[in-house]
Amino acid sequence: MSNRDRPLSPHLQIYRPQITSVLSILHRATGVALVAGLLALVYWLAAAAAGDAAFAAAQGFLASWIGRLLLLAWTFAVFFHLANGIRHLVWDMGRGFELKTVTASGWLVVAVSAVLTLLTWVAAYGLRGSGT
Amino acid sequence: MSASLRTALGRVRGLGSAGEGTAHWWAQRLTAIALVPLTLWFVISVVMLTGAGRGEVVGWLARPFNFGAMGLLVGAGIHHAQLGLQVVIEDYVHAEPVRVAGLMAMKFAAVLLALVAAVSLLSIFVRG
Ligand code: HEM
Repeated sequence: MSNRDRPLSPHLQIYRPQITSVLSILHRATGVALVAGLLALVYWLAAAAAGDAAFAAAQGFLASWIGRLLLLAWTFAVFFHLANGIRHLVWDMGRGFELKTVTASGWLVVAVSAVLTLLTWVAAYGLRGSGT
Repeated sequence: MSASLRTALGRVRGLGSAGEGTAHWWAQRLTAIALVPLTLWFVISVVMLTGAGRGEVVGWLARPFNFGAMGLLVGAGIHHAQLGLQVVIEDYVHAEPVRVAGLMAMKFAAVLLALVAAVSLLSIFVRG
């Protein structure tokens, strides 16, 4: 079925990365990362339902350095996917396709997700001291 | 051009490579829109709950609003994720048997995950 000799459109090895293509694949990557985040959320809910020991184990893992690294990645992923998702929804309404606008909205998404990620972590540490 | 007895809607319904018309695309957008306020609510809530013990978390989750919002977040999130992963699998897995098996396993896992989430939330809501 797969025809190895078929013509391919120019792809990764032909075009250098641009803001459009990089953000496009980042939307997919963050979407998949958020699926893992959803698994972690359901695990956390199940642990909370199960009892003290299970919940303490879940919190312990999330507070470890690897847990915090994951949480940081998920924070950025959720803000990026959210902001870029809104960018997608605007495109779906047929707006914002001019090359200049696409570039500007792309950089805006990057800036917004970086700032919101930072604010979230400052707030989390600020509200609870160094956390547990 | 001979007049057809079929309506315009009847002719286009269910087209597309998967024969499911625009249903998938539309469901992906609807869940995306629902997830905008839900994820914002979730991030703010989790920040407020940083370092909280089980009693605090369970008490918070047992409040009707939070219980409902968490249920909607997980429900819309899993549906959206499952629709999204379907596209990713269809894009990258070309061998048909592997693709179909992968899609089935993924959809099955999504249902299972939703069940675990529902049972957990209900248990917290009812028993604390
Ligand atoms: C629970 C959190 C979420 C998860 C697990 C998730 C996951 C995914 C996945 C796996 C995809 C498929 C990516 C692809 O086909 O390349 C996707 C696509 C999409 N997501 Fe999300 N997502 C979440 C939240 C959101 C939110 C809050 C929005 C807000 C607008 C959103 C908007 C979109 C849109 C518009 C698409 C379609 C993009 C396209 O057509 O290529 N998602 N998501």
